[in-house]
Amino acid sequence: MATTVAAPARVFGSGIRRREDPRLLTGTARYTADFTLPGQLYAAILRSPHGHARIRKIGSSAAKAAPGVVAVFTGADTEGVLQSIPCAWLVPNSDLKVAPYPPLARDVVRYVGDAVAVVVAESAQQAYDAVELIDVDYQPLPATVDPEHAVKPGAPQLHGEAPNNIAFHWTVAGGDVDAAFKAAEVVVRDRIVQQRLIPTAMETRGALAHYVPATGELTLWNTTQNPHIVRFIMSLVTGIPEDRLRVIAPEVGGGFGSKIPQIQGDFITVFCSMKLGRPVKWIESRSENYQSTTHGRDHVQDVELAATKDGRILGLRCTVWAGMGAYLSTAAPGIPTILHGLMLSGPYKIGAVKEDVYGVYTNTTPVEAYRGAGRPEATFMLERIIDRLADEIGVDPVEVRRRNLIPPFDNGFDVITGLKYDSGNYKGALDKALAHAGYEQLRAEQAEARKKGRYLGIGVSMYVEICGLGPSQVAGAVGFQGGLWESAIVRFHPSGKAHVFIGSSPHGQGEETTFAQIVADELGVSVNDVKVVHGDTDITPMGWGTYGSRTTAVSGAALAIATRKIKEKARLLTSHLLEAAVEDIDYANGKFFVRGFPDRHKTIQDIALMANVAWNMPQGMEPGLEATTSYDPPNFVFPFGAHLAVVEVQPETGHIELKRYVAVDDCGPQINPMIVEGQVHGGVVQGIGQALWEQAVYDANGQLLTGSLADYAIPRADVLPDIEVLSTVTPSPHHPLGVKGIGEAGTIASTCTVYNAVIDALEPFKVQSIQMPLTPERVWRAIAERKGA
Amino acid sequence: MKLSVSIQVNGRTYDREIEPRLLLVHFLRDSIALTGTKIGCDTSQCGACTVLLDDVAVKACTCLAAQADGCSVTTIEGLAPDGRLNALQEAFWTKHGLQCGFCTPGMIFAAQALLRVNGNPSPEQIRHALEGNLCRCTGYQNIVRSVQAAAAAGVR
Repeated sequence: MATTVAAPARVFGSGIRRREDPRLLTGTARYTADFTLPGQLYAAILRSPHGHARIRKIGSSAAKAAPGVVAVFTGADTEGVLQSIPCAWLVPNSDLKVAPYPPLARDVVRYVGDAVAVVVAESAQQAYDAVELIDVDYQPLPATVDPEHAVKPGAPQLHGEAPNNIAFHWTVAGGDVDAAFKAAEVVVRDRIVQQRLIPTAMETRGALAHYVPATGELTLWNTTQNPHIVRFIMSLVTGIPEDRLRVIAPEVGGGFGSKIPQIQGDFITVFCSMKLGRPVKWIESRSENYQSTTHGRDHVQDVELAATKDGRILGLRCTVWAGMGAYLSTAAPGIPTILHGLMLSGPYKIGAVKEDVYGVYTNTTPVEAYRGAGRPEATFMLERIIDRLADEIGVDPVEVRRRNLIPPFDNGFDVITGLKYDSGNYKGALDKALAHAGYEQLRAEQAEARKKGRYLGIGVSMYVEICGLGPSQVAGAVGFQGGLWESAIVRFHPSGKAHVFIGSSPHGQGEETTFAQIVADELGVSVNDVKVVHGDTDITPMGWGTYGSRTTAVSGAALAIATRKIKEKARLLTSHLLEAAVEDIDYANGKFFVRGFPDRHKTIQDIALMANVAWNMPQGMEPGLEATTSYDPPNFVFPFGAHLAVVEVQPETGHIELKRYVAVDDCGPQINPMIVEGQVHGGVVQGIGQALWEQAVYDANGQLLTGSLADYAIPRADVLPDIEVLSTVTPSPHHPLGVKGIGEAGTIASTCTVYNAVIDALEPFKVQSIQMPLTPERVWRAIAERKGA
Repeated sequence: MKLSVSIQVNGRTYDREIEPRLLLVHFLRDSIALTGTKIGCDTSQCGACTVLLDDVAVKACTCLAAQADGCSVTTIEGLAPDGRLNALQEAFWTKHGLQCGFCTPGMIFAAQALLRVNGNPSPEQIRHALEGNLCRCTGYQNIVRSVQAAAAAGVR
């Protein structure tokens, strides 16, 4: 009888500690602000204090004469040197009007924070001191800050190119939505404001540019999520050829979308170094970050849902005014359109949808991707209106969802917006969330509590998201001015240790660990023997960056395939060295062996040595053990899940206590469950932040009233419960590892989950809608208004 | 005008001529090139610059370097001088108490300050003690677990 041998624990699926952590825990990691080069100068940027104004005159003589000042530049100095900042997502069929976006304002400033001038000095303090001495004569102009009002007749106009401030008008439609509404037994409507948010990565943005006039070469250390895109765009704007432009994303302290775009400060810093031939560093203060780095969301949504009396959804129709800010940031037009409108039907069978999206210029900071980017706004709209329907027809909101869910599928489902979801088991996720939370019991507790004058609320939201962006052909078809493929190089050294080089650029997500796990799992090496290198365009192969939950989904696929190429070469070389037929070479646990003769084997380390010394290679086989793969995914991946929150609201004060939060997410097989859980925690909390606390506020003149962390409330440790994290596993049929993405899932689901719970708590008061964030005052007022009514 | 200060940092004494307005955080980062201490805001909200000043956790942006004259400062670089993580750092590593790492040095010192006065804090007490330190990545949950693990490991 065969002895049972426990299978060795797989490193794929193991929650091992992160390889990147020791340097982060000891202060030895280097972020952009931590670098200092010999001869380095410091830039400080003067920014517009007006939401909209004409620049009459800039007086810079006092600043130029200040101690330590090397130069002062204004927009006029950039003439002929810097091009306009390009928009890189030119959504087709939308009448897109891209207004010029000068790196330094020329005649008009269009938002508080618009760059007006830059001082370069020997020290940062001297630069900031001298900025105070620049005298700008502004003629203030009327401003417009609300995307819905900005399109109305008489509103102040931002750009001659865009009448009525309309940057684009995009439509998505599927099925016969008019017929659906005609056939409807019930129609529910809502107006939802997805308030403007500020991403608030803990590291602000910054750049260190070193231009060498003698060679025409630029090295740029930049806080970015996508160094290869930076190289491309920086080359377009400055004219420095890409082969002379090296972009390094060193340690990057979070991004959440705000480090995708190239912003004014990046170009200004490079410009200063080009003009002065010395290294120049610019690091945002937090207040500057809030004005000048991109914001997110900012939708006004009118949504209506057609259904039958028993809760079957027939159609969804909506109009969205999406604030773009004063200029179109790198990816901005794609967010409320492609990443939003195509996800309108969520995990439900909906026969007809139509959405009109107006992208609108306003006198505010440009918006960009912010964690979730379009998908939270779509999920909220749908999950909120479904609760309205449930309330209208008197059916439990969970039951309404059940009646409309797409049944489980494992290899493709065509949805009404034209997408093909890859795999899903939405009911499975919902069942798991409800069972874990004890939904029936919670409802009973809620009923009991109400009898005692306590207001518990239970909220549910489901989601399906599009990520793993994406097939490059689709990217081109939807106007993205780049590809969305990724590449990976695996290189084994003679000693059997390996380097992995990837084009994507993680900044906290842990791929130095999970990607080493992919290689370790495939080849039986130790995770500690695989170093993952990223974030340097001179060293790493092409890649389009880390955003849209795409790094593991796309870059990870490239790596898996490259690793399998290594494995195949190792098999061939083993066959040659052991003089056995290649068909007879098996692999298990790090060893290539002759079938039936496990002692006749070579380890991957043996093979790495023999391939690198190349003393005895088969005819035609190249020396070395290295493989490169460029991977363009055949489809997106579509993670999904079901979340549930329990809140208690104090009607006397409007105070909300978040009592429980249950997250069930399905991102396919998990390479490292500890890291997945961490991503869910952080994502959920950011979404809760939108529901309860966060809002960027502008006054009517375009003044940013929430201009610092003293005024903009991101979640703190003491206001949150533990998140109860669970998962289901539905592999993607088209990914070589079956994995999807998890970076944004929590944020996409949690805002509406908490919102629905609060409204559910207020059911006795018949409150249906409160504008986010749900501050105590707003909740209290909503209750008071209903009581008054 | 320049001031002379003598500040001990991680056991070593630094004598420097400084501007009176220089903040302790800039002294650490710019004057003596210890960049492990981070700057995340300009209003003393984020806590990324938290260090120990004479064994008390302070936000190094709220303190002038001149005020630290004659004092002893511990920064993140001082916790593992021989490259071996201390028990608190180990706990953050094991419990995945960090993602991008930017808030981590400050979190470590806020946690250290708590454990000095309360060796067995409840999750609520930990959350309360960390409310002056902002993290945008972790949702704090694994930071709480890290501090609990450190307490269990005897960190005081």
